[in-house]
Amino acid sequence: MAEKSSIIVEFRAVNFQIGDAMIIDDLNLRIYKGEILILLGESGCGKTTTLKLINRLIEPTNGEVLVEGKATTDWNAIDLRRRIGYVLQEAGLFPHYTIAENVALVPRLENWEAEKIRRRTTEMLELVGLNPNKFADRFPHELSGGQRQRVGVARALAANPDLLLLDEPFGALDALTRVNLQKEFAALVKDLGKTAVFVTHDLHEAFVLGTRICLMDKGKIVLNDTPENFQKADLPLARAYLETVSSIERKI
Amino acid sequence: MNFFEFLQQNWSELLALTREHLYLVFVSTAIAVLIGVPLGVLLTRRKSLQTPVLGIANILQTVPSLALFGLLIPLAYIGGIGAKTAIIALTLYSFLPIIRNTVAGISGVDAKVKEAATAMGMTDWQTLKQVELPLALPVILTGIRVAVVIAVGVATIAAAVGAGGLGTYIFRGLRQNDNNLLLAGAISSAILALFADFALGQIEKLYALENLRNKASQNKRKFVLIGTAVLMTAIFVLPFVSNSRFQIPNSRNDSESGNQTIRVGSKDFTESIILAEIMAQTLEKRGITVERRYELGGNLAHEALLSNQIDVYPEYTGTAFTAILKRPPLTDTQKVYDETKAEYAGKFDLNLSPPLGFSNDFAILVRGEAARQNNLQTVSQAVPLSKNWQAGFGQDFMSRADGYAGFAKAYNFNFTKQPREMDLSLTYRALASGQIDLIAGNSTDGLIAALDLFQLADDKKYFPPYQAVFIARNDKSEVLRETFAKLHNAISTDEMRRLNYAVDGEKLAPKTVAAEWISRVYK
Ligand SMILES: Nc1ncnc2c1ncn2[C@@H]1O[C@H](COP(=O)(O)OP(=O)(O)O)[C@@H](O)[C@H]1O
Ligand SMILES: [Mg+2]
Repeated sequence: MAEKSSIIVEFRAVNFQIGDAMIIDDLNLRIYKGEILILLGESGCGKTTTLKLINRLIEPTNGEVLVEGKATTDWNAIDLRRRIGYVLQEAGLFPHYTIAENVALVPRLENWEAEKIRRRTTEMLELVGLNPNKFADRFPHELSGGQRQRVGVARALAANPDLLLLDEPFGALDALTRVNLQKEFAALVKDLGKTAVFVTHDLHEAFVLGTRICLMDKGKIVLNDTPENFQKADLPLARAYLETVSSIERKI
Repeated sequence: MNFFEFLQQNWSELLALTREHLYLVFVSTAIAVLIGVPLGVLLTRRKSLQTPVLGIANILQTVPSLALFGLLIPLAYIGGIGAKTAIIALTLYSFLPIIRNTVAGISGVDAKVKEAATAMGMTDWQTLKQVELPLALPVILTGIRVAVVIAVGVATIAAAVGAGGLGTYIFRGLRQNDNNLLLAGAISSAILALFADFALGQIEKLYALENLRNKASQNKRKFVLIGTAVLMTAIFVLPFVSNSRFQIPNSRNDSESGNQTIRVGSKDFTESIILAEIMAQTLEKRGITVERRYELGGNLAHEALLSNQIDVYPEYTGTAFTAILKRPPLTDTQKVYDETKAEYAGKFDLNLSPPLGFSNDFAILVRGEAARQNNLQTVSQAVPLSKNWQAGFGQDFMSRADGYAGFAKAYNFNFTKQPREMDLSLTYRALASGQIDLIAGNSTDGLIAALDLFQLADDKKYFPPYQAVFIARNDKSEVLRETFAKLHNAISTDEMRRLNYAVDGEKLAPKTVAAEWISRVYK
């Protein structure tokens, strides 16, 4: 019983088709409170699609996705999305909004009081390591790629959601910035007690951040285990990923 | 009179026409925006509608403007003569750039940004209002700017359906062979177009993304919004305060409950305007209120009479007989008058006044110098010489039953060069300057003497008689009877030529010329 109540997202035999193409193929997955679940896989294997099924940007063709025990199709889509934080690849910030306005988006949609929004925005910018005095009134194009990703994370956290979906948030950043952000992010999520579903195609990132790794291939989950067990796996695809990491380490 | 003297004397009329012009453009653009932008938004939501709707808008824009105006005239409710028809035509023209740019602007918003908006839990309406429209605004404003510039140009044609505007000067200038009028109309509308282009371009810049982020331009944007609102209100309200042209036809004055208002129409040439003005002023002398609906082209005046938008206008028996009743041409003057009167009464419930005294027949004209050189008197004498002549005729003459085809056959003309079809008013000038050698004008035209043209006698009696009369709605016969009697046989052909020349040659206003005639004839 205890375990069941701590499931925050559950995929039950989920298929997702576009025309004849099977994008997600019989996906079964439970995501527990407090996890950082990594969706790992090559480009085109269905990671983004899996995320979008959770906040009902798309709906399953067959099967169901439960969020907090209720099928996404039974949720009001707007309510569901506002209680799930979403960080997009390359941030997807509104170019005509200031940084503060971008961060304040969901609280404003939820009609928070102005003063509460202002405090929350300041708090969020500090949390992701951006000085509010310096950044609040700037526009996205005046920030570096790394700073924009931080704003993206602040925006996703602003309305205090329990669940965060992150779609390769650090993918487009240079290596150094990426490593810094990964560390800070891992600490942040742990401190705040959030659950996160984190998409990446980078095994190293998966090891740094993940409490569990789901390896995907052609719309299926082919391996679902802890980082420690992942290293010992026999699966050829998993071994191929491990090769990439060890070959880098060998070179170093 | 040079151009600057002309402007000095006519600036108040020019301003009034400019205001009418702006009114047409603003109202039609406002309607096109109010319908086009939501429609464009809908098209981004229902993509399958894009091809058909944009296709229709595209076709609408390729319809030549004069043809579109013409097509709208006979339609109930939306058609007729006056500002309303012009506004509808202009609105149809403005749709394409506005709808297309709305679709392009919204589709052009970064897909990532739109996805973020949805994923953050924005409703479709919120995404539209807070994300898509602000980011698409510069593109939409470009569409509006294009629409306005097109509308300023097309609105010059609106004068042809009696909607006023700067086209009034252009049409009048062509008709009266008056460069000052032409220039004043054309230059003013060109300046309007350039100014609108510039001003809207500046506004567009204020809404560009770089400036949306710029706090300093925020006050300017506020100023623009307030300015636009004030301008709109002013242009919408002013005409209702001061100008009857914009009062929507049909909606008033349909009953004759002792109401002594007569709506006088005219066709779109000098003589018709002078006659209408003589009628109008004669009525006004009797204390009757007159509304003037002048310069209606083609069969518009007849249509307007039928659809109860005017009460009376000057016409010619020959035109009524052949062009409107579609009867084959006759040469017996009395017979044409009698049959036209009878058939108008039976078929249209319209009343023909007694003849005014003169006829405006087709006049085959050549240069005076050519006539003297070759000692020409009649059309028949010109036939053997005409092999290498270039003839030029108005559209009307080329198309009507008693026009070119029958004429060429009756006289056995054999032009080697295809006659040029052009605006009637331009044929006089082209003939005088030697670009063409023979035209079909009007026998009462003042320009015949002014430009030293010579009328060849119709020795085969081909052309039917064109006695001038007034045609009126029967329900206004009572009021008009006295005036009809007064004008019976009151104007000779020479007199009419003189009146026409006073306007076309001496550049006097038809109003002045009519007033002078009335005061001379009636003590
Ligand atoms: N709108 C769509 N139409 C057709 N195919 C799509 C669409 N969206 C995604 N796909 C296909 O679905 C598969 C999975 O896509 P995605 O979930 O974005 O992959 P990933 O995020 O793992 O790179 C890909 O093969 C992609 O081509
Ligand atoms: Mg992806």
